[in-house]
Amino acid sequence: MNEERIVEGVVLILVLLGTGITLISSLGVIRLPDVYTRAHATTKSATLGILCILLGTFVHFAYFHEIVSVRLLLGIVFVFLTAPVAGHMVIRSAHRSGVPLADISVQDVLKDDLERMAKQSEQDRSETADAKPGAQGGAESAEREEPAGGDSGQSGERERSEDSDPSKRESGETEPSV
Amino acid sequence: MFDALLLLSLFGLTISVGIALYRIFHRSSTISDRVLLLDSLSFIIIGMVAIVSIYLDTVAFLEVILLIGILAFMSTIALSRFIERGVVIERRTDR
Repeated sequence: MNEERIVEGVVLILVLLGTGITLISSLGVIRLPDVYTRAHATTKSATLGILCILLGTFVHFAYFHEIVSVRLLLGIVFVFLTAPVAGHMVIRSAHRSGVPLADISVQDVLKDDLERMAKQSEQDRSETADAKPGAQGGAESAEREEPAGGDSGQSGERERSEDSDPSKRESGETEPSV
Repeated sequence: MFDALLLLSLFGLTISVGIALYRIFHRSSTISDRVLLLDSLSFIIIGMVAIVSIYLDTVAFLEVILLIGILAFMSTIALSRFIERGVVIERRTDR
């Protein structure tokens, strides 16, 4: 009897702690100024709160029902692994699509990489536009994904050789992994 | 006491859902904000399902946790790739 109360208390502490951490992260969502700082609130503390709640659920079922639920363990591991990755992807796409930083931000370290990458993609687009002058609109954006081959690649090749130092540009500047 | 505190924490998570929905439908939030908050909304819903399964004392909802987790991850990845490049699946392999 007494032991059951202790386990109930542990479950309650874990669940209430998780709820509190999730509430604090929601407070951060309201208070913080831009996407990049809000990502701190949602991807770190919300994940910690949900992990506490799931751990409490696991303890509850392991003690009172004697079920060690593999599905729940798998869910815990999955949430723990995927939440930072998803947050990283969202923030990377936000920075590359040009979401502005807050006014109080001091420095944008990745700005040079962003400009270089924009120049590179502009160059790619102009090359494919020269190769296929008739392509427009959605057809152009679909063609941009395919490597230039066949007769359409020749004019792009010629234009590339007119540049000052083509091999260095092609090999040295790959896409920066942000 | 146990059930009352579980309901209290369910209420707290409901407040979190309300705040996330407020920020999603807020006028000044960008598309990346909305994707980020939909991701965190799905995590809050995972927590609510876990608390409901303690409250009802059943293990029937534990698949739902895993399922919502997988769906949220894949939809977040797809949306962020779409925001970044305009396509979800790239065919070009040399970069």
